[in-house]
Amino acid sequence: MALLIKKGRVIDPASGTDDVLDILIEDGKIKDLQKKITRPKTAGVEQIDAAGLIVVPGLIDMHTHLREPGYEYKETIQTGSWAAAAGGFTTIVCMANTNPVNDNASVTNFILDKAVKEACVNVLPVGSITKELKGELLTEIGELKEAGIVAVSDDGVTVKSAEVMRRGLEYARSFSVPVICHCEESDLAAGGVMNEGVTATYLGMRGIPPLAEEIIIEREIALSAWTGQPVHIAHVSTAGSVRIIREAKARGIMVTAETAPHYFSLTEDAVVSFKTDTKVNPPLRSREDMAAVKAGLQDGTLDVIASDHAPHSTLEKDVEFDNAAFGMIGLETSLPLALALVHDGTLTLSQMVEKYTLNPAKILQIDKGRLCPGADADITLIDIDSEFTVDRDSFRSKSRNCPFHGWHLKGRAVYTIVSGTVAFSLKN
Amino acid sequence: MAEQRLILDKQDIDRTLNRISHEIWERNRGAENFVFIGIRRRGVTIAERLAKKLKEFEQVSIPVGALDINLYRDDLSEIASQPVLKETEIPFSVQDRKVILCDDVLYTGRTIRAALDCIVDLGRPQSIRLAVLIDRGERELPIQPNYIGKNISVSRGELVEVLLEEDDGIDKVIITQGV
Amino acid sequence: MPLQHKDLISIRDLSPDEITLILDTAVSMKEVSTRDIKKVPTLRGKTVINLFFEPSTRTRTSFEIAGKRLSADVVNISASTSSVVKGETLEDTGRNLQAMNPDLLVMRHANPGAPKMLADLLPTPVLNAGDGAHEHPTQALLDAFTIRERKEQLQGLTVTIVGDITHSRVARSNIYLLQKMGARVIVSGPRTMVPLFIEELGVSFIPDIREAVKEADVIMMLRIQMERQHESLFPSIREYARFFGLNRNVLQKAKRDVLIMHPGPVNRGVEISPDILNTPYTIILDQVTNGVAVRMALMYLYIGR
Repeated sequence: MALLIKKGRVIDPASGTDDVLDILIEDGKIKDLQKKITRPKTAGVEQIDAAGLIVVPGLIDMHTHLREPGYEYKETIQTGSWAAAAGGFTTIVCMANTNPVNDNASVTNFILDKAVKEACVNVLPVGSITKELKGELLTEIGELKEAGIVAVSDDGVTVKSAEVMRRGLEYARSFSVPVICHCEESDLAAGGVMNEGVTATYLGMRGIPPLAEEIIIEREIALSAWTGQPVHIAHVSTAGSVRIIREAKARGIMVTAETAPHYFSLTEDAVVSFKTDTKVNPPLRSREDMAAVKAGLQDGTLDVIASDHAPHSTLEKDVEFDNAAFGMIGLETSLPLALALVHDGTLTLSQMVEKYTLNPAKILQIDKGRLCPGADADITLIDIDSEFTVDRDSFRSKSRNCPFHGWHLKGRAVYTIVSGTVAFSLKN
Repeated sequence: MAEQRLILDKQDIDRTLNRISHEIWERNRGAENFVFIGIRRRGVTIAERLAKKLKEFEQVSIPVGALDINLYRDDLSEIASQPVLKETEIPFSVQDRKVILCDDVLYTGRTIRAALDCIVDLGRPQSIRLAVLIDRGERELPIQPNYIGKNISVSRGELVEVLLEEDDGIDKVIITQGV
Repeated sequence: MPLQHKDLISIRDLSPDEITLILDTAVSMKEVSTRDIKKVPTLRGKTVINLFFEPSTRTRTSFEIAGKRLSADVVNISASTSSVVKGETLEDTGRNLQAMNPDLLVMRHANPGAPKMLADLLPTPVLNAGDGAHEHPTQALLDAFTIRERKEQLQGLTVTIVGDITHSRVARSNIYLLQKMGARVIVSGPRTMVPLFIEELGVSFIPDIREAVKEADVIMMLRIQMERQHESLFPSIREYARFFGLNRNVLQKAKRDVLIMHPGPVNRGVEISPDILNTPYTIILDQVTNGVAVRMALMYLYIGR
């Protein structure tokens, strides 16, 4: 079983490669990477003509919600993996807020077993920091790591007690487990349904102040500085957050951060329609915040683009805005939206690729995100000029809560190759 | 511009209204307890002119009210554009009064039907009489005017237009081809 | 000139011409309400459903009387008697009501945007009778009508709105309407109850009520919700009344012919001290009377043909 990718423009930020190369894959690994590789005479070698396409390390989405176990009517590990493959992702990281919560090795084992059997991409689970996400008792992070988690996070809520968070960071450090922080001061955010700003003032909606995010980011950075445990800040959405992280990095604190495509593609103005697909947490922010997020991506303050793919069914979304669930799906629109930043000159192609490959791999300490002989043959082929209209009814995801339906976008994944196998190709 | 035929000019209108005012006075042997109610908008102008003439000829003051019949129409769902409401201003009680209802053109009778409904909602007059400047026939309801300025016979497609100085800047009655 | 939208969700959807048409139409409707027989046959055979997901006596009654004076059949559905408590979604409630072919839905709901949700879903026109802290467009229209009766026109007036602006749909609708019609709006109240971004709506914020009323032609006092004390928005009724209530001392700073309005129901002695409630400049009852006329006008304009 071998695959030869011919004449693609290979971009690998890890090695600084940007060149037209051929890639030969054998037994799920990259065998060779050369200017010109002749097709081996052995039988069963398939060939992909990648002329005009961008060939990059398989994309990693380090922040998704696959909803299994517990909410299979919204998404399953299988359908989530299909959506991932269709979006160009070869590896996805799934958060712990399932039901039951991934706070013990048996849930981790369940997810990994399911993934082996049903998923078409690599699925890496995140365990919770505290049992049942209650912010009280630490989970068995050692055993969770053995079972296969790549990080811990109480994503969905902030660990309310600074003391518990301190101990969580310290304890995770004993096992070198990365910690991902959901930053939201719950009292300041209580009852809020959108950004506290002009639009919320117009609409009479309860706002979530940017402050609710920033105050906890400040706390996590202080805790990181004190404990020496690196922290990764999830879904950064405000100008203040970007500034705080930038300053912390300058001070040498081991903080990394991600943002999601909706924070650089949409603003609070989208909520004027009262469409519940625009309800997300953290909320869509102001134009100034969006500009700051873009600047943070540009100068490297924000290391990673992750979708925060949060599937919800019509049961949670076809209701009054106040009563609707937070979250939007993103696996199938993430890359095209990020490519818009390349098209508008915010990011170079290599910078963008880095935020989907090398950077998340480094943060999660996984051996992914690079193209070199011997590496896993996780590869994404992108047509950056292919124009299309987002049609959520064609999505592989089980859910439809996408605010980008009907958007005209440019650039998308055309092949997603996982361990040498084509998990998705646009033609089929 | 559609073809026009002049039916009445300024003098004709004046002469006609003089005659109607005399008729009202003579037939009723005076005008005691009378009120005029005009149907907006030109019916009101006619009512005001009749009141003025009676004041001139007989030195009597007859109150004038204005009626907007749109809330009483039976064809709201059928007409092309919704009528803009004007206030009904009848600054006197109609109870036990003798009402002279005035309008410019009498045609199907539906406007008068609506006006009658409105007046009876305002009280129980002793009588209601109808005065119109033009009766063009073709009634759809059993309604007859008591005082008529001029009977004319026109076909369905034609439009009778009464223009009055107070409303339109000129006094004349014309027939135009409908569109 | 017909109205542009099927529904009345927000004042922001109305043009100044449309607002004028509604107010002018309400003049005719007010005349009907002065008759002995306060009923015209205009909406005979039409069905108006008052769908109230929040308790309300005044607004619901006003809409009910308006509908009845136009001869419509008016049905009241309140949250306690509806299927909502049985777990039916708003969408399903709407579809079920639609299946009975109503001509108009008048809707009040605690959540901003809920009437818009039904309006987008159903062919029947929806009149927003208050959605959370979003809008209460019919209140703003009746307030404008009441001001216009006394001050001839809205253009050039200064209106000061005092109280819990943050949670007030009445404040929002009035801000949008008054500004559209050329009036200047000042808001006043404790900072905890005035959104941080309020000035971006084009209004001025003057926290000191004595300053805020100085140039006002109209003062609108908003009702204070006692529950807000528990949300740390104000410490006590006593302190609120003392610093943000309207009393003789404050009124002395205002113009002599200033009008005093309140959307009701008034907390006597809190927002307004009792001794000024019965002065000629307090036109709270005119607002109530005019509410019926304005709602009749809206019903005529939205479903009168």
